[in-house]
Amino acid sequence: MNITLRVWRQKGRDDSGRMVTYKVEDVNPDMSFLEMLDVLNEKLTLSGEDPVAFDHDCREGICGACGVVINGVAHGPENTTTCQLHMRSFNDGDEITIEPWRAKAFPVVKDLVVDRGSFDRVIQAGGYISAPTGTAPDAHATPVPKADADRAFDAATCIGCGACVAACPNASGMLFTAAKITHLGSVPQGQPERDARVINMINQHDAEDFGGCTNIGECAAVCPKGIPLDTISQLNRDLLGALASSKSE
Amino acid sequence: MANSTLTKQRAEARRSTVALKSAMAVTGLILVLFLIAHMYGNLNVFAGQEAFDDYSHHLRELGEPMLPHEGFLWIMRIVLLASVLVHIGSAVALTRRAGRARPVRYQTRKPVQQTYASRTMRWGGVIIALYVVFHILHLTTNTIAPGGASDSPYERLVRGFQPENFWVTAIYVLAVILVGLHLRHGIWSAAATLGLNREGRRRAINTVAIIIAAVITVGFLLPPFSVLFGLVG
Amino acid sequence: MTELYTEGAPIADEKAPAGPINERWDKRRFSARLVNPANRRKLSVIIVGTGLAGASAAATMGEAGYHVKSFCYQDSPRRAHSIAAQGGINAAKNYRNDGDSIYRLFYDTVKGGDFRSRESNVYRLSQVSVEIIDQCVAQGVPFAREYGGLLDNRSFGGVQVSRTFYARGQTGQQLLIGAYQALERQVAAGTVEMNTRHEMLELIVVDGRARGIVARDMVTGEIETHFADAVVLASGGYGNVFFLSTNAMGCNVTASWRAHRKGAHFANPCYTQIHPTCIPVSGEYQSKLTLMSESLRNDGRIWVPKEAGDKRDPREIPEDERDYYLERIYPSFGNLVPRDIASRAAKNVCDEGRGVGPGGLGVYLDFADAIKRMGRPAVEAKYGNLFDMYQRITGENPYEVPMRIYPAVHYTMGGLWVDYDLQSSIPGLFVTGEANFSDHGANRLGASALMQGLADGYFVLPNTINDYLADGPFEEVDASTPEAKEAAESVRSRIDKLLSIDGERTVDSIHKELGHIMWEYCGMERDEEGLRKAIDRIRELREEFWTNVKVLGSNDELNQALEKAGRVADFLELGELMCIDALHRRESCGGHFRAESQTEDGEALRHDDAYAYVAAWEFTGTGEPPVLHKEALEYEYVEMKQRSYK
Repeated sequence: MNITLRVWRQKGRDDSGRMVTYKVEDVNPDMSFLEMLDVLNEKLTLSGEDPVAFDHDCREGICGACGVVINGVAHGPENTTTCQLHMRSFNDGDEITIEPWRAKAFPVVKDLVVDRGSFDRVIQAGGYISAPTGTAPDAHATPVPKADADRAFDAATCIGCGACVAACPNASGMLFTAAKITHLGSVPQGQPERDARVINMINQHDAEDFGGCTNIGECAAVCPKGIPLDTISQLNRDLLGALASSKSE
Repeated sequence: MANSTLTKQRAEARRSTVALKSAMAVTGLILVLFLIAHMYGNLNVFAGQEAFDDYSHHLRELGEPMLPHEGFLWIMRIVLLASVLVHIGSAVALTRRAGRARPVRYQTRKPVQQTYASRTMRWGGVIIALYVVFHILHLTTNTIAPGGASDSPYERLVRGFQPENFWVTAIYVLAVILVGLHLRHGIWSAAATLGLNREGRRRAINTVAIIIAAVITVGFLLPPFSVLFGLVG
Repeated sequence: MTELYTEGAPIADEKAPAGPINERWDKRRFSARLVNPANRRKLSVIIVGTGLAGASAAATMGEAGYHVKSFCYQDSPRRAHSIAAQGGINAAKNYRNDGDSIYRLFYDTVKGGDFRSRESNVYRLSQVSVEIIDQCVAQGVPFAREYGGLLDNRSFGGVQVSRTFYARGQTGQQLLIGAYQALERQVAAGTVEMNTRHEMLELIVVDGRARGIVARDMVTGEIETHFADAVVLASGGYGNVFFLSTNAMGCNVTASWRAHRKGAHFANPCYTQIHPTCIPVSGEYQSKLTLMSESLRNDGRIWVPKEAGDKRDPREIPEDERDYYLERIYPSFGNLVPRDIASRAAKNVCDEGRGVGPGGLGVYLDFADAIKRMGRPAVEAKYGNLFDMYQRITGENPYEVPMRIYPAVHYTMGGLWVDYDLQSSIPGLFVTGEANFSDHGANRLGASALMQGLADGYFVLPNTINDYLADGPFEEVDASTPEAKEAAESVRSRIDKLLSIDGERTVDSIHKELGHIMWEYCGMERDEEGLRKAIDRIRELREEFWTNVKVLGSNDELNQALEKAGRVADFLELGELMCIDALHRRESCGGHFRAESQTEDGEALRHDDAYAYVAAWEFTGTGEPPVLHKEALEYEYVEMKQRSYK
C-alpha cells in the first residue's frame, strides 16, 4: 500500500515547527507503524534528508517510550501503544497526520520526541514507599486481600507513556498521578505515607504546569494499559481526606 | 520530613487544581439544589395565578418571625451569589491553566469518547451566566418587561412567554438546554471530583446525572411551553 | 586457530572464600572492609544503566549515603528493558512446602547452566533470592496473590517445584517500577544525581583504576566527563548484535565494550540464549522480535508438515501427515524440553524445508487439541492476553489457525568477567546484571534473570563494593587529567569520523547484514567452517562500515542515527570476538551448540575435561588476536552430568 504522511518536523526546543508531507510506498500491512517510519527514515537518509526523530525502545508495548498523536488520536486508531499499531489498521492511499504529544509539561525536544521528565519529578515527590533495602519483614508477614492486590496491580500497569496528557483537552497529568496514588494506596505497605504522598504529588503535578482534570475521560479512553478513570476519583478522595486531617508526618 | 514541610505542602494543596475542582463541585451541587427548588416553584404555575403568586410571596416570609422579612431570601441570595462567584472564579482559573498547559495546539484532533455535554461546559457556562443576568432583570426586577410590567410574578411569566415575544422563549429554551447539558456533565464531574466514582460505579453516576439533568430541563421547559401553547394564562 | 587468538596466563576468582558453600557469603561479607557512614558522603559512584541491576544498586547505594551518579540512555530510568520481562522471579522461599530449598535452587541453576557457572556465585544467588521477594513486597510490588492474601507461585522452566513469584505476565515491569521508585526517592533526597538521555561512550581509567566515564548528552550532543571513586556498569546484554532479538531497540554493548577495550576481560561472549517461542519474522522490514511466554508450551503442541514444501492451510493437513517432532524425539519431556533443545529442533526441521509461514522460518504451535480438551473459555482464561498479543502483531486468530513460532535471540549469558565481588579485571570497575557473565553458565533458566539483576543490585554489590571504596576517596581527578582529556578527545574524534564518512549505506542496513551473519553462523548451531567465514565477513563489513556508512546531521543535536552508528561500530567488534570464542570452544554446552560436538542422536556433547573453564578474553586491538585467560571451574557440590531429556 501507498501512504501519505504529514509529519511534524521541529529542529529543536526553540524552533517553531511545521507539518511536512512525505510519501511512503510499498508499505506492507504487516509492518508495525514504527517500522513504516523506519522505512521512511531509510529513504530520507539515502536522499540526504534528516530522518524523523521519534522515541521508541522495547517495541512490545511495555516500556512506554513511544507515543505520537496519529490522525488526532494519541497512539492512533487502535487502543494500544504506537509500537503495537500495525499498518493493516490503515488503507491504501490514506493520509496520516503524525504529531508529538503536545503539552507545556512535555516540551518538544525534536520532531516527535518530547521531554517527559515531569513524570519522573511527580514520582520523586512521593510516588514510592520508603523501604530501604534490607529492612523488609518476611513477604508473608502482611497478607494482602486479593482484591486489593489486583486493584494495585491494575493501577501499577501504567507505563508512563503520557498518552493521557496528550489526549486530555486540559493537558492534565491526573490519570498518571492517580494511577500511582491508587497503586500504592491499595496495599498495606503504602498506608503510612498515604496522606503526604497525595499532597506532595498533587503539588508537584500542578507545579509542572499540567492542567486540571475536568473528568472528561479522554485519558482513560486512549490509555494503552486501560488504567481506569475511577483512579482519579480515588486520588481526589485521598486528597480531600488528607487536607481534612491534621495529622503530620 | 519535618512537620512544617507537610503543613506548608498542605497549604499549597489547598490551592491545587483538585481543590479548585472540589470548590466547583460543592458550589455546583448547591446550585443544583437551588434549581430543583426553583423548578418546584415554577411548576406551581399550573395551580393558577393565586397559588403561584402566593408561593413567591411566601418565599419572602420564610423563617419569620425568627428572621426579618425577606431574611431567608437574602441569606439564600447571598449563598447563591457566593456559590456562583466561587464556581465561576474556579472555572476561570482552571480554564486559564488548561490554556497555559497546551501552548501549541494540535493540527488534527479527534475526540475518542468525550460527550457533547463535556465539551459545552466552558462556553455553555458563560452563556448560562449571561442568561441569569437577563433572567433576573426580566422576572425578578422586571427591568426588562416584555409584554408589560406587572407586580404579579404570574403575570410577568405569562406575558413574557406569549407567542408575540417568541424571542424571550427562544432565549429561555436555549439557556435551559444549556443548563441541562451543563448538569449532565457537571453532576457526573462533581461526583467524581468529590471521590464518589469507584470501580464499576461510573455508569450509575452518569445515569443519575442524566436523570437529574433531564428532569430539571423538562421541569423548566414545561411552564414557558404551556404559556406558548395557551395551556396556561 | 592460533592465528585468531593467543592464550595468556590463567586467572582465578581471588575473592571467593573457600569452606562450606553455605558459609561463603557470610564469610565474604565479614571479611570485606566497611566504610564509616560519615565517610560515605565523601565517596561517589557512577552507575551506568537503570534496569533492575542498575536502579536497585543506585537506590541502595544512595540510601547507604554514597553520592551516586546514575546514567541511562532512555528519557526516563523507568524504561530500561528489564521492564519487558514477562514470566517471573525465582526465590527459594519454599512457601509451597514442596521440597524447595536454597540448595535445590542452587542445584537446578548450576545444572541448568550446563555446568559452566561458578558454584560459589550461584549458591549466593540462591541465598539472596529469599530477601529479594521480601524487599519487593515492602516496596509495594503487586505480586499475584491467592484469596487468603498470601503470595501465589507457579512452576516455570521445567523445574519440579513452584518457586516462581509473578505479577501476571508483567513481572519485570512491576519489579522495575519498584526499583525505579526507590531510585527516584533517592533522587528527591539528593543522594542520587540522575542523568537521563546520556550515553556512556568511554571509560576513564586513571592509575589503573576506573575513575569515570565520558558520556554524550543525547539532546545537546555535549561530550561530558564524569568522575567518581568507582564505576558500576549495569548496562544489560548484547543480544542486538543479531539485529533481530527480543531486546529493546536501544540495547547495546557500547558501555561494556568500551570497558573491554580499556582492559576489562570479556567472558564467554558466545553464550547466547535463543528462546524457542517468539513470533516469526514477517519481512525484511522487521525491526525486532516479540517473545511469547514459554508457558504456551504447557498446552500447545508443536508440529510441522511431514512433507517438505507442504503449503496447505494447516487445518487441511490431516493428522497422519503432521510431525509432532518434539513429542516424537523426546517422548518423556515432549513439548516441554528446555529452551536450547526446543530451539535447535525447530531450526532442524526448518533446515529440512519443512518450516511454515513466510520464508519457511516457523513451526506451528497448535491449540486445537487444548481447545477440544479444555474448552475455548478455559484456554482464553489461561492464555487470552498472549493470544491477543499474537493476533495484534500477526493479524491471525490463534483460536482458529495454529500460531506460528520461531526461535529468537533473547538473552546473553556472557558478559564482562567479574570476581565474587562483581569487580571486573579493572580495579574500581564493577559489573552487575546481564552485563556481567555471572551466574547462568552456558544457559539461563526461566525466571532467573530478574533474580540475578536484583540480587546483584540490592544485596551483593552494596556489600562488596565497600571493600574497594574503603581505600578511597582516591586522588582528585577532573576534566583536565590527561587520561580524561584523552578519553574525551577519542570520543569526539570517533564521532567526527562517523559524521564525515558520508558514504552510501545506512547504519541499519549494515547492522542488518551483521545480524544475518551472526544468526547464520553464530546462532543456534555453529561449526568451524561457518565461524571462520563469519569472522572474515564481519571484518569486511567493519571495513565497509568505516568507509561507506552514511550518518547525517551533526553532533550538536538529538541525532538518533549517530547514536545507532556508535553502537553498531562496537557490535562489529564484539561479533568477531563472539565468533572467536565460539570457534575456540569445541564442545556443545547450553546455548552454544557446536555441530562437531554431538552425540550419535544429535544431542549436545560437553567436553568437561577440556572446557570446564570460563573463557575470559583480553582486548589487544581492533582485529588483533585477543588473549584468552582461562578460569578453571571446580565442582565440589554438584556432580557434572550430561543432560538428557529423552
